[in-house]
Amino acid sequence: MRRFLRPGHDPVRERLKRDLFQFNKTVEHGFPHQPSALGYSPFLRLMAIGTRSGAIKLYGAPGVEFMGLHEENNTVMQIHFIPDQCQLVTLLDDNSLHLWSLKQHGGASELREEHRFTLKGPPGSPPSATQVTAVLPHSSREVLYLGTESGNIFVVELPSFRVLEDRTISPEAVLQRIPEDNCNRRSCELVEALREHPKNPDQILIGYSRGLIVLWDLQNNKATHHFLGSQQLENLYWQRDGSKFISCHYDGSYTQWPVSSDNRQPEPLENTVPYGPFPCKAVSKIYWQTTKNGLPYIIFQGGMPRASYGDRHSISVIHGSQQTAFDFTSRVIDFFIIFSSDPAAEFDDPSALVVLAEEELVVIDLKSAGWPAVHPPYLASLHCSAITCSHHVSNIPLKLWERIISAGSKQNIHYSSMPWPIDGGTNIAPDPPQRDLLLTGHEDGTVRFWDASGVCLHLLYKLSTVRVFLTDADPNDNMNTLGEDEWPPLRKVGTFDPYSDDPRLGIQKIYLCKYSGYLAVAGTAGQVLVMELNDEDAEHMVDHAEADLLQDQEGYRWKGHEKLRTRDGPVRFEAGFQPFVLVQCQPPAVVTSLALHSEWKLVAFGTSHGFGLFDHQQKRLVFVKCTLHPSDQLALEGPLSRVKSLKKSLRQSFRRIRRSRVSSRKRRGGSGNASEVQEANAKFDQDALQEMELAPVQRKIEARSAEDSFTGFVRTLYFADTFLRDSSRHCPSLWAGTNGGTVYAFCLRVPPAERRMDEPVRAEQAKEIQLMHRAPVVGILALDGRSTPLPEPLEVAHDLSKSPDMQGSHQLLVVSEEQFKVFTLPKVSSKLKLKLTALEGCRVRKVTVANFGSCKTDDYSENDLAVLTNLGDIQIISLPFLKLQIRYPCIRKEDVSGIASCVFTKYGQGFYLISPSEFERFSLSTKWLVEPRCIVDVPEVTSNNHVHNKSGTENAARKSRSPGDCGEDERKSGKLMEHALLNDEKVLKEIQSTLEGGR
Amino acid sequence: EFRRFSLERSKPGKFEEFYGLLQHVHKIPNVDVLVGYTDIHGDLLPINNDDNYHKAVSTANPLLRIFIQRKEDADYSAFGTDTMTRKKNVLSNVLRPDNHKKKPHIVISMPQDFRPVSSIIDVDILPETHRRVRLYKYGTDKPLGFYIRDGSSVRVTPHGLEKVPGIFISRLVPGGLAQSTGLLAVNDEVLEVNGIEVSGKSLDQVTDMMIANSRNLIITVRPANQRNNVVRNSRTSGSSGQSTESSLPSSTPNILGNLLQGEEESDEEDIIIEDSGEPQQIPKAAPTSESIESLSQIELLHESTQNGFLPSSELSLNHSAGSISMEYEEPEPGRKSLEEEGTIITL
Repeated sequence: MRRFLRPGHDPVRERLKRDLFQFNKTVEHGFPHQPSALGYSPFLRLMAIGTRSGAIKLYGAPGVEFMGLHEENNTVMQIHFIPDQCQLVTLLDDNSLHLWSLKQHGGASELREEHRFTLKGPPGSPPSATQVTAVLPHSSREVLYLGTESGNIFVVELPSFRVLEDRTISPEAVLQRIPEDNCNRRSCELVEALREHPKNPDQILIGYSRGLIVLWDLQNNKATHHFLGSQQLENLYWQRDGSKFISCHYDGSYTQWPVSSDNRQPEPLENTVPYGPFPCKAVSKIYWQTTKNGLPYIIFQGGMPRASYGDRHSISVIHGSQQTAFDFTSRVIDFFIIFSSDPAAEFDDPSALVVLAEEELVVIDLKSAGWPAVHPPYLASLHCSAITCSHHVSNIPLKLWERIISAGSKQNIHYSSMPWPIDGGTNIAPDPPQRDLLLTGHEDGTVRFWDASGVCLHLLYKLSTVRVFLTDADPNDNMNTLGEDEWPPLRKVGTFDPYSDDPRLGIQKIYLCKYSGYLAVAGTAGQVLVMELNDEDAEHMVDHAEADLLQDQEGYRWKGHEKLRTRDGPVRFEAGFQPFVLVQCQPPAVVTSLALHSEWKLVAFGTSHGFGLFDHQQKRLVFVKCTLHPSDQLALEGPLSRVKSLKKSLRQSFRRIRRSRVSSRKRRGGSGNASEVQEANAKFDQDALQEMELAPVQRKIEARSAEDSFTGFVRTLYFADTFLRDSSRHCPSLWAGTNGGTVYAFCLRVPPAERRMDEPVRAEQAKEIQLMHRAPVVGILALDGRSTPLPEPLEVAHDLSKSPDMQGSHQLLVVSEEQFKVFTLPKVSSKLKLKLTALEGCRVRKVTVANFGSCKTDDYSENDLAVLTNLGDIQIISLPFLKLQIRYPCIRKEDVSGIASCVFTKYGQGFYLISPSEFERFSLSTKWLVEPRCIVDVPEVTSNNHVHNKSGTENAARKSRSPGDCGEDERKSGKLMEHALLNDEKVLKEIQSTLEGGR
Repeated sequence: EFRRFSLERSKPGKFEEFYGLLQHVHKIPNVDVLVGYTDIHGDLLPINNDDNYHKAVSTANPLLRIFIQRKEDADYSAFGTDTMTRKKNVLSNVLRPDNHKKKPHIVISMPQDFRPVSSIIDVDILPETHRRVRLYKYGTDKPLGFYIRDGSSVRVTPHGLEKVPGIFISRLVPGGLAQSTGLLAVNDEVLEVNGIEVSGKSLDQVTDMMIANSRNLIITVRPANQRNNVVRNSRTSGSSGQSTESSLPSSTPNILGNLLQGEEESDEEDIIIEDSGEPQQIPKAAPTSESIESLSQIELLHESTQNGFLPSSELSLNHSAGSISMEYEEPEPGRKSLEEEGTIITL
């Protein structure tokens, strides 16, 4: 009868579900995809980044982040903070202006769009008349000056965005007040730059693109000075005291101009082409910073010699005799300098240069000798090499955590010790509940260890597996070998390096045991490395072993890539995870599954050909099992056989082109008769139409058969100590699931610890289950007598888990892409199942056991399955009864790479890539929620008392915070943001190509 | 008893008359009998109506061998059947002691001995414009053989006629199951798959649903050609369809139902092979209830193995499974090995 009871009608359970499950997208980690604008408020000490999809993100002290999204999803062109306000203005590429403000709400600050505005010209004027090119928020905070393509400067009131028409500075008005007749109407076209006088708010400097610069008096509405540059103007910058300014130009030069009361039309003081004498590229932005010692800093973007270094993305810093051109691996979007913001200070005393490049954020410490880079606590470029896989480990023991950090700190010695200079706002989020590690595998053979405990995802340690192998590129080749007298003095900065020396190095699977510090890493060319954490540098041999997964299968040829060549002799490894065993699969196909049992000292690995078990204590291969179907030619031949189909499709498309050409020639060649041509045209169109109709998007409906290719592909491996043979004795076992719906179970005999080195580990096949529906097996799990998943290795030994119930009967859960099935053990008989695909048409892409705690009581928690389907939905399914608890739409189903990149944590959170460089973090749990929560104090510079009060309320807010209480808007905008990104066809393709590239 | 008599080939007359003649010749006027004949391939085929009677006579060359069986003790399975077991149990033992003969044994028999390949179901509960078709997939000999595509159909909604997206059959593979049933056609709109509406689902989703249900696929369609619809009042139970393969007498739905039940179970069951290297650990014997279960299930096993659900590679690769591979050929030795070696095969 039970099966007829409809699930979900139990009110108690329903209430419990509300206490357990809740879906939130909480924070985006990583570097914004396609940044397009940068802004900085020295007053708030907040930085803003705009993107091409219309998102705007604010960053301050670590943990202080805000996000907003323009509804239009248009590229953000410029960002300007209103001086001394919690407000900023953005300019989009549709010429609309948006006013955003940070307001406190419910104890935390929120970023909200307040107003929007599009400048409208008089009727009939061309769009260029009002195309905004320069924005100047005036220090009075009341008006905004908008320079346009037409040369007009409009004045709009804030925050209402009312145009003050009588205050418009038209080119005519400017020309009238310039006596010289060598200035014609055209010299006032396109306003390049608007700069307020640093000391006198009534004066603004206007730079027109053709080189004319005018100092305008706002009070008297007249030009007090004008400066005639001979070159096209790019940008302007005032010296702090307002006695001089600097202009930079299209030809790669910059010019200093004096501003004195006696000369109304001064000549330039100095004109320099820093990288001359040969033609140079434009200097697009320049800073002039004064220091106590008198030597100014001149910092500018571009200006490289056109012929030899025209392709470089550089920012040069000149300070006295020191000059460095920082060389970025991606395009520089914008940069700013952090300098003394105290208006009473006499000098700028710049402390840091902050550069937003297309793919990363680089901060240079200008105070320390040698101008070292500062390690950013957030905005990490996850994609410095394309991400090929990820692995999450929750609740890291403190000991391991410290050892990883110490290993990482040894790698970071070349970074500046300067504290993070962008430190506005206060992080009021509670401390992260536990220490979590996110490990990402990359195409270049590195594994990066990220601190994923809190809002700021930052790099702890980077592990490279390259040292074990011989690659074409010597790692020292790429180093900066420029000599002393090298000109220009380029210096590579940043970590973004999308070029992989060898795609075979790519990391495909990672498995870290957090208790023992053993790490297994497997890659594209069938390499499996087992590593151990060592706190010291060491030089040692890496043991090699080969695993021939084809065994006696004769007559097959592997046409894929070769295995990686290894280095002979001992290899020097830096402190951290050091490989001691390399198992090479033969054929060297990509490793598709990996499992490590640190207690038994065994590592299991699988490819499309089979799987094997390696004893890394005795360094001996225990067994291999070939899972291939003899007809599976594709799997045997390797990836290169795909070339055939590519060739075929190319041929087909050529044929199509030729056919269309022929028919068009026919049409043309027919005769001069117009009607005939028309007829032929119509016929051609009809034919084309018919052809289209003949080939609609259609799907073949066919039952899967054993002959389908890649049935032997090993999808999952699992170690369990369970009742495999009889119900009285449990034993170690290894389970493997394949793409063809087969589950193999091997009974293992691991010698007791005291004889571990003396006796070999033995394995015998005990069971083989063929799922009738033949769908790929994506997960295997053993449940103990209490129906609880078996603990991880060493978990019980470390007293972190109850020991499993070995009295009651165990059960086996097999998750295929289509069904969940529970079998009894040791006699395998089907007990329960949930057919997902047959009912909903969706397939399981990712599955994990997650522990959900109740937000109401501390003493209740349960284990459920968190499932991501190919439609991007997340479902929570109860254990052991396999009842669907709840379903949330999470990722767009078209976002294949997002779905493929998803990784769940053990406590109901998860990550997935929303772009090659960004992880979206989400939470399914009411209890474990990591999201930004921060306050930016409303600035009242004069009243210290007020600030003090603020911090008082902030403390109160912190106390009153409850986990369920979070900004609804923020969440909504998060969703929007992701949507915007993924709407971009190009982005999708890019993501896909990175992912595919890894395979 | 053997009787020999002659008929006029050009004027065979009606089956009724022939039946009467047989009863007369054999002097069994009140005994119900089954009549069969062997065709040129040596297959035993029934004679029970005018058509097959005429066919039988036309094939006489010049002799026509007719078999008559008393209906009460008639062995229905002597007529064509292709379930392995029956062939083994009955035909191989009775008719063909030499069962290593390669020649396929095709015989035709009573409806309950046919393996259904398709049926129209639920005629009584569906609108007349819809058709619910059940396709039975056995093994790999015949592909399901159809394709689906996206399309749009016009629906009557509260807002008037509206164009809504739908899923349509786009192509039938010649020789495939779908085509051979004659129940599905190109441009039929797919409304449901195994009881689940497809509206709102994507083409890929529907594809996955159909493939996941491919062993026992029930699709509800709105046929593009509405002229062949079932006229409801002409049939009462309506479990039979119009295809020749599945035209069943009105009493068969129950039998069919039972059969389907069995099918449904079997399509759920997975194969488990338990390899045991250490004889002393093997359970001595399965409990009696279980062995009965396995007896009753052995048939299903054969169905699936016959249908190629156990990849042969597995058998050849795996030495310990060698004995199992034998079982697929012969049911009896298989069971023996089951008892002797303790290898348990369940479904």
